[in-house]
Amino acid sequence: MSKILDPKIPGGPIAEKWDRHEMENGLVAPANRRKFKVIVVGTGLAGGGAAAALGELGYNVQNFCINDTPRRAHSVAAQGGINASKNYQNDGDSVERLFYDTVKGGDYRSREANVYRLSQLSMDIIDHCTALGVPFAREYGGGLANRSFGGVQVSRTFYARGQTGQQLLLGVYSALSRQIEAGTVKMFPRHEMLDLVIVDGKARGIICRDLVTGELKRYEADAIVLATGGYSPVYYLSTNAVNCNATAAWRSHRRGALFANPCYTQIHPTAIPQMGDYQSKLTLMSESLRNDGRVWVPMKAGDKRHPSEIPENERDYYLERRYPAFGNLVPRDIAARAAKVESDAGKSAYMSGQSVYLDFGEAIGRLGRDVVADRYGNLFDMYEEIISDNPYETPMMIYPAPHYTMGGLWVDYNLQSTIEGLFVAGEANFSDHGANRLGASALMQGCADGYFIVPRVVGNYLAKGGLGDVSVDNDAFASVENDVRGRYDSLLNVKGSRTVRDFHWELGRVMWDKVGMARNGDGLNEAITTIKRLREEFWQDVIVPGEAGYFNKQLEMAGRLADYLELGELMARDALRREESCGGHFREEHKTEDGEAKRDDENFMDVAAWEFQGDGKDETLHLEDLVYEDIEVKTRSYK
Amino acid sequence: MSDAMTIHLKIWRQDCGQKDGRFVDYTVENVLVEMSFLEMLDLLNEQLARKGERPVEFDSDCREGICGTCGLVIQGIAHGPNSATTTCEVRMRHFSDGEIITVEPFRAKPFPLITDLVVDRESFDRIQRKGGYVSVNVGSAQDSNALPISKYDADKAMDAASCIGCGACVASCPNASASLFVSAKISQLSYLPQGAPERGKRALAMVAQMDAEGFGNCSNHGECEAVCPKEISIENIARMRREFLKGALGGK
Repeated sequence: MSKILDPKIPGGPIAEKWDRHEMENGLVAPANRRKFKVIVVGTGLAGGGAAAALGELGYNVQNFCINDTPRRAHSVAAQGGINASKNYQNDGDSVERLFYDTVKGGDYRSREANVYRLSQLSMDIIDHCTALGVPFAREYGGGLANRSFGGVQVSRTFYARGQTGQQLLLGVYSALSRQIEAGTVKMFPRHEMLDLVIVDGKARGIICRDLVTGELKRYEADAIVLATGGYSPVYYLSTNAVNCNATAAWRSHRRGALFANPCYTQIHPTAIPQMGDYQSKLTLMSESLRNDGRVWVPMKAGDKRHPSEIPENERDYYLERRYPAFGNLVPRDIAARAAKVESDAGKSAYMSGQSVYLDFGEAIGRLGRDVVADRYGNLFDMYEEIISDNPYETPMMIYPAPHYTMGGLWVDYNLQSTIEGLFVAGEANFSDHGANRLGASALMQGCADGYFIVPRVVGNYLAKGGLGDVSVDNDAFASVENDVRGRYDSLLNVKGSRTVRDFHWELGRVMWDKVGMARNGDGLNEAITTIKRLREEFWQDVIVPGEAGYFNKQLEMAGRLADYLELGELMARDALRREESCGGHFREEHKTEDGEAKRDDENFMDVAAWEFQGDGKDETLHLEDLVYEDIEVKTRSYK
Repeated sequence: MSDAMTIHLKIWRQDCGQKDGRFVDYTVENVLVEMSFLEMLDLLNEQLARKGERPVEFDSDCREGICGTCGLVIQGIAHGPNSATTTCEVRMRHFSDGEIITVEPFRAKPFPLITDLVVDRESFDRIQRKGGYVSVNVGSAQDSNALPISKYDADKAMDAASCIGCGACVASCPNASASLFVSAKISQLSYLPQGAPERGKRALAMVAQMDAEGFGNCSNHGECEAVCPKEISIENIARMRREFLKGALGGK
């Protein structure tokens, strides 16, 4: 019973779509805006940006986050930079080229019109962030500096040392602080959205748990914006913060929002390798390092000599060899897969069987140690603290790690999900990156969605009218709150023998082995069976100490894991259905002779959007056809 | 993989809503030197959870030193024995087998304790809201390169902007002063032309809010700078005083 989804892309030439759409959009007059309540969940670049921008316009905004303050949203951890087609470097960049690079980088599985709009807005983002006081790196002449990121042949990445995400987020936080002071935004820190309330077919409220008191609370609104990030912690070990979770998105999915392309996950090529089972996370080493670092493995399998003892002619700089046009700066999916190929063949760094070298010897010789320290010093320090090895002297050991999820809730061109009045922004939606995201594009999308797109599309939705008053005393709120209470009571009442971490670790292992960098039909079927069994065991044998009525981190983690145990299965199903390789989704059955991803455009040039059917039932598949009018679809090559 | 250590902990425990707490002794075995300090606490919490006991609550998120969520006083020092690191970056290799480690929350009157090692730092947010921003709306900015900023000023602004808002400066100050935190934001915006129109008002309002929250005055002990995981310099405090004075004298 699948249907074809309508992305509601405006007509006209691609370069004019957004402007035309803005003209067609309805507006809410300034004096009327305060009458509309908008809930924004999340305070990262997308959520915090949206809340601030909506506040500036005069809407009555309520903004929620799970952290103790909005300044800690996970956008803070992005290191390398943010893309914009400013062409400040005079190297041939343009809106068209950023658009082209992004669609190609996503392996022709993103929605053309959305990506074009993103490219157009990229320049306004840099200007706005600069105006907010974000201290971007500058040249001696006073202009902004740029560097290169993977998958492109221009320098369009703006940065603030190795802390670009932090600085952009603090910009958002400052704008948000100003609106909170002005009274347009009311902030709810340490509040976790646990479910969505739908009244008369429209998203009208949320149920939150106050993470300090444990109290369940109801909030109503005229429109709701989810900007709650991705789901990489389904792998247990990832570069994400330990509290990142999919619960708000997944609970909305269960209430009717379709989930698109869950199998599109980004395994980032350069993280510090896993060193033991005790670990709680993996630490990213920024993609910017590949501007100057060279990736290599020993030529001989099983060569465990210290890297300083391996002479130049016994090293294989495999990215430079296989992809001479882009060299070490191939896109993430390609660099990650290549690292796996080498280490699977027994060629790896000396301390860990699953790692390759990222070597700065040549860069230090060419630029001097001071310049390298100025560019990457904080990353080198982080590495040294974790591995206890000096990367100025010995090449870094790196290995791919789950990092970002391109899949997410399905949205149309207006960022509206399949539930009316529920908008989804940033990593939580699916639309802009296709099957692989290029480096420095996540911050760009977060800012574009938050600052620029959400205020327009939500305004248009509110201008259309037809929204009656809704009170939290409505039965719909009581019923959803009861569901949430029942669920958390159940978690506490299992009183089994295995901890939440135990189960999460096991889920992560299955996901990494079977739904990770390489997937195949048998493995995916096996994963589905294993996850089902694990989910049953979880609800029979988990132990969650304490009670619901106060601060209880274990209970929070248990609720989030319960959702990952459902989402993980859907990821495997989606990967099983997609009988092709594209971007980060690599099916071993579908590859070219030289081991590259082999797409099947005839059968899979689509978005797979899944509809929840009830516990224990298979989800229904809906499709959006991807149509490329302004880009010639080609085999992706970086050679 | 190295030999496992045994670590003895004295941890501050305080139930939600209770006024008083106490130190409780725990022993954690099989601690590896590669573990982070928080992973060692995770291990303890796994043991407690299996026994059905309430785990030790502490805040953490990114676990790579950038979000500012974590913050423990370890052996009497905010963020532990190493300089320029957050609690989550501390590794167990800096401790020895059999060592007794005291673990406390960031204590200060404007940081009310929620439970165990978790404190409420919303007072920091309330200070920021008084002026830690440039008043510019989305869509009204000029081209970034139309506003040249010297590399020196941009770098100085960035040094100050590195503050992660963890509160270690407050926890280690004998006066519980928030001067380093507040001065980092005032300083960042004072180096940039974008911040100029509101500089006087900003300094006055943020300092007034800092006082209203109950943070103490700075008396130049320098403990804040010593524990700051991002090495924010106390030069910023001198700069904040200048900004405050200029504002108070009716400058811009």
